Amino acid sequence: MTSILLPDSEAEIEAIVHEAAQSRSPLAIHGGGTRPLGRPVHADRALSTKLLTGITLYEPSELVISARAGTPLAEIQQTLAANRQRLPFEPIDYRRLLGNHGIPTIGGVTASNSSGPRRLQSGAARDSLIGVRATTGRGETIKSGGRVMKNVTGYDFVKLLAGSWGTLGVLTEVTYKLIPEAETELTLLLTGLSAQRAVEAMTAALGTPFEVTGAAHLPAIDGMPTRTALRLEGFDASVAYRTDRLDQVLKPFGAFETITAEASRVLWRTIRDVEALETPQDASIWRISVRPSDGPKVGEQLVTRLGSRVLYDWAGGLIWASATPEGDGGASVVRGAVAAVGGHATLVRGSPELRATVPIFEPETPGVAAMSRLIKATFDPAGVLNPGRM
Amino acid sequence: MSAIEIPKPDPRILARRDAIVAGLAALLPPTSLITEEDERRAYDTDALTAYRRVPLAVVLPETTEQVSKVLTFLNREGVKVVARGAGTSLAGGAIPSEDAVVLGVSKMSRILDVDTANRTIRVESGVTNLGVSGAVSHLGFFYAPDPSSQLACTIAGNIAMNSGGAHCLKYGVTTNNVLGVKIVLIDGTIVEIGGAHMDASGYDLLGLIVGSEGQLGIVTEATLRILPLAEGARPMLMGFQSAEDAGACVAAIIASGIIPVAIEYMDRPAIQVCEAFAHAGYPLDVEALLIIEVEGSEAEIEDLIGKITRIAADYNPSGLRISQSEAESAAIWKGRKSAFGAMGRLADYICMDGTIPTGQLSAVLTGIARICEGYGLRVSNIFHAGDGNLHPLVLFNANDPEEQYKAERCGEDILKLCVDLGGCLTGEHGVGIEKRDLMTYQFNTIDLDQQMRVKTALDPQWLLNPNKVFPLAGRPV
Repeated sequence: MTSILLPDSEAEIEAIVHEAAQSRSPLAIHGGGTRPLGRPVHADRALSTKLLTGITLYEPSELVISARAGTPLAEIQQTLAANRQRLPFEPIDYRRLLGNHGIPTIGGVTASNSSGPRRLQSGAARDSLIGVRATTGRGETIKSGGRVMKNVTGYDFVKLLAGSWGTLGVLTEVTYKLIPEAETELTLLLTGLSAQRAVEAMTAALGTPFEVTGAAHLPAIDGMPTRTALRLEGFDASVAYRTDRLDQVLKPFGAFETITAEASRVLWRTIRDVEALETPQDASIWRISVRPSDGPKVGEQLVTRLGSRVLYDWAGGLIWASATPEGDGGASVVRGAVAAVGGHATLVRGSPELRATVPIFEPETPGVAAMSRLIKATFDPAGVLNPGRM
Repeated sequence: MSAIEIPKPDPRILARRDAIVAGLAALLPPTSLITEEDERRAYDTDALTAYRRVPLAVVLPETTEQVSKVLTFLNREGVKVVARGAGTSLAGGAIPSEDAVVLGVSKMSRILDVDTANRTIRVESGVTNLGVSGAVSHLGFFYAPDPSSQLACTIAGNIAMNSGGAHCLKYGVTTNNVLGVKIVLIDGTIVEIGGAHMDASGYDLLGLIVGSEGQLGIVTEATLRILPLAEGARPMLMGFQSAEDAGACVAAIIASGIIPVAIEYMDRPAIQVCEAFAHAGYPLDVEALLIIEVEGSEAEIEDLIGKITRIAADYNPSGLRISQSEAESAAIWKGRKSAFGAMGRLADYICMDGTIPTGQLSAVLTGIARICEGYGLRVSNIFHAGDGNLHPLVLFNANDPEEQYKAERCGEDILKLCVDLGGCLTGEHGVGIEKRDLMTYQFNTIDLDQQMRVKTALDPQWLLNPNKVFPLAGRPV
């Protein structure tokens, strides 16, 4: 039985990690535990930051927020919404897809570099992250970045720690830059396009200056045709103008309908959280990043060879695909298809047996793997933070 | 009495100079190796011209493989390597030492692949910043980071320093616009990181490399994000009678939900000098000037300018002027982008690069004025107001060593003030040698030790651009 440590201060985390390093006793690192991705970690003890909570700085006029790592994402989003602001990168909520009921934390969002549809235009979580504090595997807390928008002072550990899944340090506090909420949101919906045509339509739209903030292609489900969604956000008059201009660009792809306000927000939430792939619940789920123009080729292979259901986001560059839970969970087909075009694939959902036997992350080239090992050893020489997870 | 120490050259390396040069000659075409002293002298400094050291030799490889061979050789011989783009660093990032080989990327400047469908471009790292935009502008695209030196500066240098520019407020800095690199490590290993897809898997090595000031490896190729050109863009000018009013106006614009492409600030001395140089039509009777640029369609631009004008009305603006033509817009930007050059015709200066929380704008300006007065030096403030990135120019006479010393101390005090106000030492120029010894003011020993461990892990002998970024004291032995 794994025991769970629940420190509520940085000092306590330092003491726990220091002791763990001394005794070479590994720790599994969690926030709210809603993103159990990566390889299963073998550790007798888990450290959760979920009691290390609280917004420590919020300056709406400077578009910046800092919070301790265990602060619930929902608390941050509510605080920002009260000032009509938001995190730019639209973090995915994995709970439905992965079937769990924890409380997502801002630290977990950061450690997993979780970004949603707006990543296309506003960058990933790592692009909005401007400061971190983290306790390394030495039991020492380092800071990198700060609370200002531009900062090139010293090495950019902010980026390195984003998406490091708790293997380089236990995040204790993070600072993000923000964007204003849009006055208006509108989604153009094309129906019945093939994946290839959909990516052509999305590419055409993204080649314009009309600032599309979401471009996704949803699979045909329950007798409904495929839907291709393009989102516009901004001031009313500007959204109206850009809708008009995109009308001309999208003519070759058929007529579109528009949805706005809550209907649009609901659609993008279902895209963000990959609801199209929620069932069957035992299917394995892959998350694949390729060049957008390679998306349909990869997606079609998975449909043909694995019977996958496929959701395309990021104009075709991000593919979510289901596959059989049997055998290798589709790994060899997925890895082969990705290797042929360049990119990477991650097994996001799979049975414990599958996750223990199949590489979860894209196998690294020897050069990248060697650099990563050297860097990991500097942050966590005793190898006690989430060993084996990445 | 120069204040910044450049360590004495290693006599053992100097003694082996001929053998080292012969070794390099065996690896490179003759046109890629510079050994004559008068030619090497051209590489003795960058834009921090007060400091100069003639390097042991200069190599200008033509391919990644040549870079790999050179690094393999120099690593084996224990010779330091200083990577160089165009030598426009204001922080001394490319200044060599007498026992170092300068490795310039100027012969690697090809555009390798333009892919508008995927909105990417792959280039060799010696291509200039403006050269990237130039390669795609006829297709309706551009590369967003736009340092003022963009005509000369290279992508290699931009990646090393994580360069920004006036238009970063909307589009981000270099690290937000690089998707992949090919990098050569000190042992000659060639590693490809990232690619044309988004978000490389595994650790964000790309994020670590960008901004590492040539200390972890030498980038020879990069895949960059390109963006569709806006339909139009228009700057407007707004004068204010106080820094407080200008700063409050910036905060109000940002808080309203408008993110202009750029918000640039100039104080009275800067306005006078830039106007005399560029005849941009800047108002001369104000204490502070904002250049605010918005973009989009004609109707969108008018809508945004209307909104901004209404917000600004609460802050006593004067001399409000909206550009009416392409020529007028070009003149407005020419004034701003040539500010450093124009100032340089009047006096020598050092250009600081601290960043502060935007809410501290008027506090920092008051503090800067007080500090400069204390040293009896003049200062001119030009900066990116929207993101709080300051460029105070401290003016002095370079022929007076004592005044130079005072100017450097004055600059240090300004940067310390930025840190005290919640900001940082450098927003877009990098640490280089200039701010190396101030790092202990922003970081504690634990922070710096961890950064240096990463340096040691990837470059165990500290051969890559070693005299930069970290204070000379407290380094691993």
